[in-house]
Amino acid sequence: MRERTLWTLHLGAGGLVLVFLALHMAIMHLDLTGGPFGVAGAKAVDWASVAERAREAFFTVTYVALLGAALYHGLFGFRNILLELNPGAAARRAIDVGLSAIGLLLFLFGAWVTLAAPGAASAVGG
Amino acid sequence: MRSSAHPNRLGILGWVGGGSWGFERYMFALHRVTGLGLLAYFLLHIFVTSARALGPGAWDGAMALVSGPLFTVGEYLVFAAFAFHAVNGVRLALIEHGFVVGRPIEPVYPYATSVGRQRPLAVAVMVLAAAITVWGGVDFLTVR
Repeated sequence: MRERTLWTLHLGAGGLVLVFLALHMAIMHLDLTGGPFGVAGAKAVDWASVAERAREAFFTVTYVALLGAALYHGLFGFRNILLELNPGAAARRAIDVGLSAIGLLLFLFGAWVTLAAPGAASAVGG
Repeated sequence: MRSSAHPNRLGILGWVGGGSWGFERYMFALHRVTGLGLLAYFLLHIFVTSARALGPGAWDGAMALVSGPLFTVGEYLVFAAFAFHAVNGVRLALIEHGFVVGRPIEPVYPYATSVGRQRPLAVAVMVLAAAITVWGGVDFLTVR
């Protein structure tokens, strides 16, 4: 039952990643495709564009959602690969605890960056 | 998932040995390789882009570290990996939920398998992923 719930979350997270990462790719890397989403007159990775996106609630929410969904989807997929190698009970426990801790720490760090970025942008008038 | 009934004796070597499973087995291997590549890139990406919390100087410094043709090609490979992993992931989810595999049938000789039913979707996935990759390549590598 627990594994089925985790797997269902894995599929759901994959769907979220599909939508948000496609949007992220289009905005950040595809000038032709993502032009309508970009900042006019500036490249997507220029500080002015980064600062403008940092101040918009839409991007803050979607960045945190993408961060959480991608971390869960990626680390759970990695866990499945490791478990297919038939680790013992202790190793399995270490995999579960280790990957959960890594995921949680990275999520907290990434979420802090996303929430702190608007302050950095405003402080320098970006 | 771990199964005590059918232990995974081949380990990672099983990824490259399609055997009688055919084409879809190699798509499985590619799905895993692209997934691991995307995960590795994503973990680094979190740290590189964290510079935006420290202001424009740190951000420009971080972007200078990851600029140049080598990184552009690397980012394009990430895009191509995402294109395949995403489209193939949708295929896997459809099949897992019973779509595109046909209705259950009586096991009458000569036995039919669902592989034949799945094959057109697998081919369509490869064509769609290739089309997205080419489109992305035109956008990524020429519009700079």
